[in-house]
Amino acid sequence: MSNLEQTASASEFDRAAIGDTSSPSHHGLVPAIGKRGLLLLSWLAPVVLVIVWEVAAKAGWVSPQVLPAPSKVLNTAIKLATTGSLLGDLRTSLLRAATGFALGGSVGFALGVLVGFSRIAEAAIDRSVQMIRAIPFLALLPLVIVWLGVGEAEKIFLVALGVTFPIYINTTLGIRQVDPKLIELGCIQGLGPFELIRRIVLPGALPSILTGVRYALATAWLALVVAETIGAESGIGFLAMDAREFLRTDVIVLTIAIYALIGVAADAIARLLERRLLAWHPNYGGSR
Amino acid sequence: MIPQVSAPPSPPAIDPPAVVVSNLRRAYGDRVVIRNLNLRIERGEFVALLGESGCGKTTLLRALAGLDSIEGGRIVAPRRPAVVFQEPRLLPWDTLWRNVALGLAAPDAHARAASALAEVGLGDRLDDWPRNLSGGQAQRVALARALVQEPQLLLLDEPFAALDALTRIRMHDLVGELVAKHRPGVLLVTHDVDEAIALADRILVMRHGAIAFEHQTRAAGIKAAGPASISRGDLLAELGVVSHIAA
Repeated sequence: MSNLEQTASASEFDRAAIGDTSSPSHHGLVPAIGKRGLLLLSWLAPVVLVIVWEVAAKAGWVSPQVLPAPSKVLNTAIKLATTGSLLGDLRTSLLRAATGFALGGSVGFALGVLVGFSRIAEAAIDRSVQMIRAIPFLALLPLVIVWLGVGEAEKIFLVALGVTFPIYINTTLGIRQVDPKLIELGCIQGLGPFELIRRIVLPGALPSILTGVRYALATAWLALVVAETIGAESGIGFLAMDAREFLRTDVIVLTIAIYALIGVAADAIARLLERRLLAWHPNYGGSR
Repeated sequence: MIPQVSAPPSPPAIDPPAVVVSNLRRAYGDRVVIRNLNLRIERGEFVALLGESGCGKTTLLRALAGLDSIEGGRIVAPRRPAVVFQEPRLLPWDTLWRNVALGLAAPDAHARAASALAEVGLGDRLDDWPRNLSGGQAQRVALARALVQEPQLLLLDEPFAALDALTRIRMHDLVGELVAKHRPGVLLVTHDVDEAIALADRILVMRHGAIAFEHQTRAAGIKAAGPASISRGDLLAELGVVSHIAA
């Protein structure tokens, strides 16, 4: 969920940054700073925070057991990446996330399309899906471990489970929201059922589907963190739990930072997809 | 869908009629919307259909378009008609030429869409998005999309109602020109008496699901040179509006 909050604040921030440059005195109180100044100012606080952290750690005010210095974490990252298993663990984690996302996304999309198009499918499927959705998917973890053990299957299953519902709901919603007048138009223009779906229904549902993808990326990541924290033998989560055994706070902080970075990267990819695929949409695409 | 019955033989006409409607009947539950309606539109003929709201004119248009099922009677049309609605109904995710080529299953779809857009004065906007268009421009694209199919019957469902007065006049001229060039049979559903007089060869007034009044303003396809052969006061009277000013 923290990913989503980041997203919201980040896009808020973008708008402030690219907004109209013609009126620099838009924010009445800071006429002299301008947009570029505001952008720099917004980065000031995090940078100062890291510097304070570094100084506090170096000066010995904060025990390295509690919070190691950022420079120490960076060193650990380089050491682990060159001599240790960091890259292998990262690959393992990304592969789990991608596999789970692909599986859960496919199931969610297929069910969503089915239910979006057919009232009969909705009657048959939707209530069951909604009931399963009511369970916080992490609550299923013990059951999933009993079923699948603590191997790869359990982790991928958990990610897939977290991904399925946001994609399902937003696909169904998107298809339902397609303007019936446009579908009527498609019929008049002589489109067959397949062309109708390809030219009108799916493009119309796409903004909603991509919103689902963004939510799903956040839940996929959350699911992976939880799954890897319990009984993993490789992966970023394993690295963290292993470091805990040896009180290597620097490694733990590093894994947290990696999770955060990948979350931000995933969100950036989702936003790029939106810009590309929704170039026509006034809320996403740039003006042409 | 419109039942594709082969057109009845009519030796004297060169072109088969654009549409022949015989004894059409449509009801929603107990409420009869169209009763025993007969209508024939030749190719190249411009017919305007006036009527109060709820008189069944939109139902008739939807039946002709194949959007509603019919309960009785027959609609014989040689081909699928093209429709322009009150709102342009452009696909916002497709560029203008792709919008115009929608449903056009021809290898030269792009070229045909381009020439159709050129005809409506938007030949330089092929790759633009619908959201960058004004209301009148969007409606011109909708017109191009209808005409690119080379329809034998063109149905216009109050296509100018949402436009401002000046744009509407320009659209009247454009539609008149294009219809004269492509020669489809046209059925224009409208509330606007002046529009009907300006554009139509024949004016129909519909009341209680049937055609109550018919007036031939000029021979099909020939633009009237002089004043229209019917006054707007007469037509308004047919529509149940007694105007003291118009007289």
